[in-house]
Formats: sequence, C-alpha cells, structure tokens
Amino acid sequence: MERVVKLSRFTQRILWWELFIPTVLLVLGVYHGLLQTLYRAGIIQSTSFLGLEYYQGLTLHGVINAVVYTTFFAVAFGNALFIYYLEKEPKPLWNGLSFGLMTLGTILAAIPMLSGDASVLYTFYPPLKAHPAFYIGAALLIVGSWVAFFNWIPLYLEWHRENPDKKIPLAILGIMATFIIWLVATAAVAVEVLFMLIPWSLGWINTINIPLSRTLFWFFGHPLVYFWLLPVYIMYYVMLPKLSGGKLFSDNAARLVFLLFIVFSIPVGVHHQFTEPGLSKDTKLLHSLFTFFVAVPSLITAFTVAASLEHGAWSRGARGLFSWMFKQPYWDKDKYLFPYLVMGLVIFIFGGFTGIVNASYNMNLVVHNTSWISGHFHLTVAGPVILGMLGMALYMMEHISGRRCPWRWGAMVFPYLWTIGLAFLSTGLMIGGLHGEPRRTNLGITYLNPQSDLYRPDWETWTTITAIGGVILFIAALVYFIAFFGTLIWTKAGDEVLYFPTSEPLHEERKVAWLNQLAPWIMVLIFLIVVAYTPAIVEVLENTYANAPGYTPANPLPQLPNP
Amino acid sequence: MERTERYIIAGSLVALAVLFAAVLYASQVKGIEVPDCITGVEPYKEGSLQKISDNHYQWFVVARMWNFEPAEITIPAGATVDIYLVSKDVVHGFQILGTNVNLMAVPGAIAYQRHVFNKKGTYDVLCHEYCGVGHQQMHTKIIVQ
Ligand code: HEM
Ligand SMILES: [Cu+2]
Ligand SMILES: [Cu+2]
Repeated sequence: MERVVKLSRFTQRILWWELFIPTVLLVLGVYHGLLQTLYRAGIIQSTSFLGLEYYQGLTLHGVINAVVYTTFFAVAFGNALFIYYLEKEPKPLWNGLSFGLMTLGTILAAIPMLSGDASVLYTFYPPLKAHPAFYIGAALLIVGSWVAFFNWIPLYLEWHRENPDKKIPLAILGIMATFIIWLVATAAVAVEVLFMLIPWSLGWINTINIPLSRTLFWFFGHPLVYFWLLPVYIMYYVMLPKLSGGKLFSDNAARLVFLLFIVFSIPVGVHHQFTEPGLSKDTKLLHSLFTFFVAVPSLITAFTVAASLEHGAWSRGARGLFSWMFKQPYWDKDKYLFPYLVMGLVIFIFGGFTGIVNASYNMNLVVHNTSWISGHFHLTVAGPVILGMLGMALYMMEHISGRRCPWRWGAMVFPYLWTIGLAFLSTGLMIGGLHGEPRRTNLGITYLNPQSDLYRPDWETWTTITAIGGVILFIAALVYFIAFFGTLIWTKAGDEVLYFPTSEPLHEERKVAWLNQLAPWIMVLIFLIVVAYTPAIVEVLENTYANAPGYTPANPLPQLPNP
Repeated sequence: MERTERYIIAGSLVALAVLFAAVLYASQVKGIEVPDCITGVEPYKEGSLQKISDNHYQWFVVARMWNFEPAEITIPAGATVDIYLVSKDVVHGFQILGTNVNLMAVPGAIAYQRHVFNKKGTYDVLCHEYCGVGHQQMHTKIIVQ
C-alpha cells in the first residue's frame, strides 16, 4: 500500500479553496480566450460582446489564466508537497494569512477589471494607468504567495537538521527552486508597483520613468515563466515515471536541472526588450546569450524524462527502438494524470523550439509583438503548464476531498482534446504572425473586416484556423470543468488525504553535496544578476530624457492629478 | 548520472553553440542588428521627413493615440532611411511589414533603426503594441517609387 498522509481539517479547507477559487475564475478566462479568437477572425466585428470589451476581456484572460490560476496552484501544490514529502504541516496561521492575502488581492484587482477601469492587459505597461485597486490587488496576491514560501523555509531547515545525511526529496528541492526564483523576480516588480505605479495611480506623483519601469517589469516577466513551468517539471520528474510504471532515470540530473534554473532564469529579461530604445545592443546580446543557457536544463529534462518513460515501457516488455512510445498508459482512466503530463511534454517540444527563435536576438525582429508570440506561449503556458496544473488540481482535489471524479473518461480525454485545439490555435497564430498579424489587437474591427480600409484578406486563413482551435479548446475546457466541479459535488468515498505517485530513482546515486544545497547557486545567481542588470539599469537611466504622466485607454490627453 | 546523460548535456551545449553562432554570424557578418542606443539626437515633438541627399532620408516619426506623424511618406526606391521614433503619450509599436524594422515607441526615449528600401511598392506600417481603444486602427504606409 502506498503511503498517504492525513490532513488536518484546517489545512484541508485551505487546500480546497486554493484549488477551487482559481478554477472558478478560469471559466471566465477561457471563455474570453474563445471570444478573442472569434474577434480576431472577424466573426465578431465589434469593440465588445455581451458587455465585455475586447481589451478588458484580454486583461482578464491574461491575469486570470497566467497569473491568478498559476499562483494559487503553485502555493497549493507547494503546501501539499511539504505535507506529503516532509510530513510537516505548514503553520496554519501563516497558511491562512497567505490564503487570505491572495484572495483579497484577487478580489481587489477583479473589481476594476470587471468595471472596465483596468483595461491595461496583464503586463500593465505604464503610462497606461489603471485604478489603484488593480495594482494594490496584484501586490497583495504576490505578498500572499511570499507568506506561503516563508512558511515553508523553517520546515525545510528543520528537516535538514533532523536528516543531515539524507538527500532532500526531489519534489521539495524543486518547489524551493521555484519559489526562490519567484521571490527574487517579484522583488523587482514589487519595486515597480510599490514605488512607481501605486503612488502614481493614487496621484501622489505626476510622472514616472517608463523605460525603467519596463526593465523592472521584465526582470520579473521572464522568470515568471519558470515559476509557471517548474511545478510541472516537478510532476515530470517525480510523478510521471511512476505513472508510466518506470523509474526516474537519473535523480542527480533532475537536481541539477532545478538548480540550473535558479541560476539562469533571471538574468535574461532584456530578451523581451530587443526592439526597445534605451538599451544598448551589447546588453541585448548578453541577455540573448544567457537565454541560450537557460535552454540547457530543458534539454536535459527532455532526455531524462524520455529515458524514464522508456524504462517504464521496457519493464513492461517493450522491445526495439520506438515501441516504448506506444506501450504507455495513454487510455488508462485510473491513471488519467498520465496524458496531462505526456501531452504537455509533446507540446513543449514545439514551445521550446519557438522559444529559441524568439530568444535569437536579431531573429526576434521578425516576430516581436506579432501573433507568433501568442502562438509560442500558448505552447508553453497554455500547454505543458496548464495541462500539468489542471491534471494535478483534479488529482489533488479527489484525494483531499475524499471523492472520486465521477467522469474519469472525460478527465482522461480532456488533455488530448486540448492538445488538438492548441495545435490549431498556435499554428494559426504563428503563421499569421509571420505574415505580420499583430498580437493584442481586436482585428475584427479593422484588419479582418472587409468594410475597413485596412482589411487584410491574406490573414484570413490563419485567423480562421486560430478560431477553429479556440472552439476546440473551449469545448475541451467544458469537459474538464464538468469533471472537476462534478467531483466536488459527488458523494464521499474515502478519507481526506494527500497522495502523490512518487518515482524511485533507477540507480541509488551517491549524494553529491553541491546538488543538495541551495546557497552556492543563489550566490551565482546574484553574481549573474549584477553582471546582466547593472548595464541595463544604467542605460535606461542614462537614455531617458523625460518622465511620463498617466493615460487612460480611451483618452489621448494625459491624466494629471496635480497640474 | 549515466554516461549517456553526460553526452546529452555536452550535445545540448554544442547544439546551442551552433545556433548562437548563427545569430552572431547574422549580426556581425550580415549586419542584421537589433536597435541600439543612440546619442546626439535631440528629443523632438513634431514628426517630419527630411531629405539628406537623393537617396538618404531621415524620418522623424511621432507615435500618438492613434496615428503616426507624418502619415504616409513617399520615397524613391533604393533610399536609405534613418527611422527615429518617439511617443507622445503611451507605449506604441512600429513594424514595417515585410522588413526587419520592428521598434517600440517608449515615452522618454528615442528609438532608431536604419532601413534601405530597395523594392518598389507600398509598405504597411502598423502599431503592434496595445495603446488604448483605438489601437487596432493605428496604421500608416510607406510608398516606395
Ligand atoms: C480556451 C483556451 C484559450 C484560447 C482560445 C486562447 C486564446 C488566446 C488568444 C487568441 C490570445 C491573443 C489575443 C490577442 O493578442 O489579441 C490569447 C492571449 C493570451 N493567452 Fe490565451 N487562450 C486560451 C487559454 C489560455 C491559457 C490556459 C493561458 C494561460 C494559462 C493563456 C494565456 C494567455 C496570455 C498570457 C495571453 C496574452 C495576453 C496579452 O497579450 O495581454 N491562454 N489567448
Ligand atoms: Cu522571456
Ligand atoms: Cu497600438
């Protein structure tokens, strides 16, 4: 019998709500995903639909799907990993505070988004200015996630004291790496939000330095994607080999991967700013080079995880070069987590390669801000990341609520449907982008509207393929929501426990000290941040000739509270 | 870690090195560069097209909610154009379709890129960064004769 861990009532409630709230919001998030594809295909030719304006909906789509869902999930998952792998329960008081702050922040940010006073998209680039509640809410959400992390650190240290000779469980090393990256990254955006955007939106200061705000934002913006990805990497290393009936090919390689992410995921943010003024081409090239390094741990992952799957199939009798790919539990309803993870890996092959294109300095000129970019990141965040999170959220929900999902077949086919939808969506967006189709644009009013002077019939094929993808994805999402919410109302069948399928390593490798310590890697990270960001910050400060006042999206005149 | 795994790590490094070498080749040998910082250009508020010589122009673009100034320029084929770009209000984008010209108009800084227009025809320029409710109509043209 596999080890299960009992939950205290309070912790069980916290985990339940941390999974429930973001999933409810996700319904709205994916609804507007579908609508975006319809506007962009010229099927909706209007500024709004059913009371929701395009850019307002796009803001909700980005904030809910990519920020709120992922942050709540990462915190819930982290709490659960500590409880399961260290058998230590995070302090209820701090756990409750963390949950309370995240929820309050989400509500505060949601109000202006829903009332149309924060249609600034999820990157909230100034000088577009949102209602202060939007920034304050975002800050509280982040602080809530910090509180969760601070609550784990003592447990981590305590475990080390109690077990000086053992290796820290891989899942714990992974979640620590995730939140170290998150803490360092969010510190920069906290500076932007607390010292620039909040006082400015409250009218305490009139103008702010825009190039500086953007460099601070992207200091956060790239590591954000590793905050999304690493929880799913934990699932690939720790859970997937077990589901496939195999063992983890190399435990030390897995540790190296998480530690390399700590080092390389942050000093790369300028790769989002290749086309911007204020930064020199040398700084841009340096960040491009570092971005290539951050591809290394993902390439190792592709190999180690594939080798683990191969081992699983071999132990079940697969022979030959390729048959391991077919001898996997693709259609096993009781192992429905498997397709979520494996489809994510398949999608990530394409997400990774297109990412290398984006990172390639001068090649970025072809794709920057075209819909190619949206095509790319749906192959990452809306692919492996969301699939892993949705699968694990359902899996955890089943265990912590002691209820079995009543529609396991639906839960199992969802990832396949989603993958098909995503293939259409991203193909359309990416090829359209290579033809010049811009991202973040309500194409239905102008470029995809035959009545407009700007009509571009040559984009129509690609926007139509995108819309087909949107419809398939939306139907897939409905299947998931039925399975997820159905589980919550189904009758209770067992105890409220935590359980994670956990792979053993193929070989018992000796403990390598530098693969079990965080501190040396954090030092290297700090060094690389200094190397990569000193020139960037100096340059934006030197090359900015004026600060800017705020603007609302509908008014070309500045909003000056104290003229 | 197994030997195969060490080979994979080494192989990944080599593959990435080859790709990065291609980037460097395109930049150093072919001269395909991303925008650099520029110095010595005074901040300006009005857009204009200035002729330096028969086939050399300076185009000072002002991006604003929701158009580019000056709108629609006409230049002869083969002309080298130094493109400068500032924003009067929020952040805008600037992409000349069919070329490698791709810039951001960020308030407080001047963006710059040079392009030689060898092919005759009409080039579409569009704003590709969200800049408010009129973003989807922010567009201009370059006519190369
Ligand atoms: C039904 C499924 C989905 C559909 C049909 C969809 C569709 C789209 C489309 C068409 C865009 C581009 C809009 C534009 O640039 O004008 C977009 C943007 C975006 N999507 Fe999705 N999406 C879906 C799910 C997701 C998921 C699950 C995530 C993340 C977990 C996600 C994250 C994003 C983000 C971050 C943006 C960028 C927003 C921005 O540029 O401000 N999407 N989506
Ligand atoms: Cu990035
Ligand atoms: Cu625009």
